[in-house]
Amino acid sequence: MEENLIEKGESSREGEVAPALIAIHPRDKSAVVAVGPELRVYDIAGNCPISLSDDSGGPSHSESIRAIGFGANGSVFASAGDDKLVKIWMPDSWHCTKTVYAEKRVSAVAVSRNGQHVVFADKFGLVWAIALGEGDEGQAPIDNKAVPILGHYCSIVTSLKFSPDGRFIVSADRDFKIRITVFPKRPLKGAHEIQSFCLGHTDFVSCLAFACPIDYPQGFLLSGGGDSTVHLWDFVSGRLLHTCDFGAQAGLVNSNGTEMEGGSAVIDSGCIFDKCSLHGIILLNCDFSARTLSIAKVVTMEESYVPTSLGLSDLPKHLWMVMGVSNIPTLGTTKLLSRVRVVSGFQKDPSDSCVHNAIIMGDGEIPGGEELLEKLQGSLDVAEEEVTLAATAAAVKTSMHNLLIKKQYSVEKRELQKRSRNDKKLKQ
Amino acid sequence: MSKNNNSTMRQNGQSARLPRKRFYRARAHSNPLSDSHFPIPISPADVDYSQHYPHFFPSERSDHDNGSTPTPKIRFADIGCGFGGLLVGLSPLFPDTLMIGMELRDKVTEYVKERILALRAANPGRYENISVVRTNSMKYIPNYFEKGQLSKMFFLFPDPHFKEKNHRRRVISLQLLDEYAYALEVGGIIYTITDVEELGDWMRSCLEDHPMFKAVPEEELEADLVVKLLSFATEEGQKVARNGGQTFRAVYRRIMLEDG
Repeated sequence: MEENLIEKGESSREGEVAPALIAIHPRDKSAVVAVGPELRVYDIAGNCPISLSDDSGGPSHSESIRAIGFGANGSVFASAGDDKLVKIWMPDSWHCTKTVYAEKRVSAVAVSRNGQHVVFADKFGLVWAIALGEGDEGQAPIDNKAVPILGHYCSIVTSLKFSPDGRFIVSADRDFKIRITVFPKRPLKGAHEIQSFCLGHTDFVSCLAFACPIDYPQGFLLSGGGDSTVHLWDFVSGRLLHTCDFGAQAGLVNSNGTEMEGGSAVIDSGCIFDKCSLHGIILLNCDFSARTLSIAKVVTMEESYVPTSLGLSDLPKHLWMVMGVSNIPTLGTTKLLSRVRVVSGFQKDPSDSCVHNAIIMGDGEIPGGEELLEKLQGSLDVAEEEVTLAATAAAVKTSMHNLLIKKQYSVEKRELQKRSRNDKKLKQ
Repeated sequence: MSKNNNSTMRQNGQSARLPRKRFYRARAHSNPLSDSHFPIPISPADVDYSQHYPHFFPSERSDHDNGSTPTPKIRFADIGCGFGGLLVGLSPLFPDTLMIGMELRDKVTEYVKERILALRAANPGRYENISVVRTNSMKYIPNYFEKGQLSKMFFLFPDPHFKEKNHRRRVISLQLLDEYAYALEVGGIIYTITDVEELGDWMRSCLEDHPMFKAVPEEELEADLVVKLLSFATEEGQKVARNGGQTFRAVYRRIMLEDG
């Protein structure tokens, strides 16, 4: 059985699926869901679905979108994925202003704090920068060309984030590593100065987030990974401050998304687990003065619901979740479905107990209501499709596993491989 | 060299015998891109120095409590140390400096390990400052060294990887130099040498293009004891010299990044 699994993983991209993603405008203006090659946008402020327009002259997404993100206070939005296209959108009007061709499939994307650059990472571990606007001083803007600025050595970069002050760019990879690099004034010349490495994960790192409390403007870095831990870092020095291990508590395996809300003293982090032992999210509490993490609340959901992505705005009232997948090999459905859920109860009040109010909202109660769900989910009655949801969870899990976890071969299999080597020298 | 020593030391017993290369037949290349399945320290704090340098870290006394003397750290790293010729040559020149060889090929690492143990046994008190580890230094440099920990890094006769599609396997590249610059202290020196002109040009141009490295002037190189070892200490270098081949050297100093 194990052999089958390995061969499947190696043979092709068949059975490889992309999880659905969600992003919320930092000012709560709009919500974006990416399922497969589709980008679905709903205008929360104007309460209407949005159809995208493209005047970049480039093609639109044709394969799974792997990374989306708002940047620079919501003035820029970027999407990228398996079709090697990086598309840059203006969320004011939701038209695409630029399409950049990447050399490899894209695994992560981020927008710089000042909105001048979009960076993206490809599956070979290279991180590239695209200049928006006029480009750097003294440098002609190179149109529609990305420039490599740093590299993780042949490891898939799983997440890219800018530090709250914009001075650093943080990249995490499947080789357990988090690299903090100084983001230079002229990024197109390369980001060579490494500030630190955050080393402590014992499996792939899947998500990064910053928490920026008022008393610590520099912020703290949080990371989640396949070792079912969340680490709290002093990222400037690379020092590990605290670890929150979920494996010990719930027997969980992979967290694949973290979103933070930087409040006065509390931050809530949702972690999604793609092992089905938990159908829901864990909210974390971070005590910044003690620099510790603790579990604030576990929000569980119906059996088959395993969120694939989380979204929060800057001053969130709600935590958004999406579950979905680019395609389900076993079911062969053509319509791309996703399921959006919202957790409310994030209103900040001075007491620490605020997250204890966290509850899952009914479909009718969420901002935008059913109209939003119809747009983002693709259909209203996804909730009924238990089978689809279960298959989605399974597909995402297998795909994540194949993509990020190192292949383990049994001793026998290794011996077999060695024996079949044709360059072996026979012992005399 | 190994032959002579071997016969003279036979009476010293098993442990003092230098290992013989013929029993450590290894393939010439190992794929640096493949997933590694050997143990890797989670962070530099996890590197077990006492196992590598027992002379400098005598037993596991409660050294943690009386941190009177700062614990020594590895200062030189020979990346792709091969059969360890450079380490053996450097060891007597810097007897108080800890150095480590990093090699990806399992059997070659075993050979160097045995070689060091044999040298220590045959020359008590010497060769205590060198050790070797099996690792993929293209991936795991930050797992072994803290920021600015190293003062010298060596890349002697690395794999040339002629094909353009394999250039990303070269151990010197603009991206990997970021990591080497991170591990090197300001003023630290990176030594590269090869007998392949094309690779020599490549390494020089990478170092030249990197804003955190600056060429060491020729007159300084002539005064540097280490430079002389580059071409003659290693097995690979001796082979080149035997065949009367040319070598191409690039020695650069880690400098502060100028702002801007």
